[in-house]
Amino acid sequence: MNIVKILFYIMACVAIGSALYTAYTKNLVRSVFMFFVTLFALAGLYVIALADFVAVTQVVIYVGGILVLILFAFMLSGKQSLDAATRQKSKIINLGNLPALLLAGLFFIVMFNALNNNVEPAWVKAAVQSGKVIKPGTVLIGNIGVNLMTKYLLPFEAISVLLMIALVGSAHLSRKEQEA
Amino acid sequence: MIALSDFLIISAALFCIGLYMIVSKRNAIQILIGIELMLNAGILNLVAFGMYDRVDNSGQIFALFAIVLAAATTAVALAIILNVYRRYKTIDPGKINAMGE
Repeated sequence: MNIVKILFYIMACVAIGSALYTAYTKNLVRSVFMFFVTLFALAGLYVIALADFVAVTQVVIYVGGILVLILFAFMLSGKQSLDAATRQKSKIINLGNLPALLLAGLFFIVMFNALNNNVEPAWVKAAVQSGKVIKPGTVLIGNIGVNLMTKYLLPFEAISVLLMIALVGSAHLSRKEQEA
Repeated sequence: MIALSDFLIISAALFCIGLYMIVSKRNAIQILIGIELMLNAGILNLVAFGMYDRVDNSGQIFALFAIVLAAATTAVALAIILNVYRRYKTIDPGKINAMGE
């Protein structure tokens, strides 16, 4: 049991526990802040999966951008959304949630079985044999940058156009209605 | 090094929690958080498989694309939620039953 495994299990428990609390709680503010904890634990998991650049991007964009945006929308939509959230029944097993619980549980069982039948695809085994696995301690940021600008240039441009469209669209949606 | 299946089990659990939130919650912001959880489960899968590709880094690069997509989704969804709140004074998706004028 080395320290990486211990850290991995701690991160996994924090991520799943805080996600469960996010789903369980009736309080909207608590839900948003526990989602914050989930995102940080997931960034830790990315570091353990040897993807440091993705982890830093996750912290910058999700925690710095998306979460602040959600909090902002929540404060603008005011008191009534809080009331709507707290008016639900506060029992753990309540009959209205039973179909949702059943759906999520059965989905998990299906995915778990699919995972047990065929754990590693053929290309993963080939990558392990030919030594293409990322080793701890290698710095890959330069490689990521070169690949982003050469091999994956088309998806990069597509995503930048899409981001601009989304920006213009959300600015258009949230302006004040004057002449309809 | 952590086995691939451990990451996949965590990702499946997060995906199911997100699915439960989407189906059961009565608040548009909490449904949005559920969608974000499912997206994060997908990103975790991409990163976990990206461990086996040192040359092309396809897993990590598409994880970055997925993060950007999530940011765009959230911006548009929150603008829509604010508009809906301005018109109906509620953000419960079950109570919004009229379109336009």
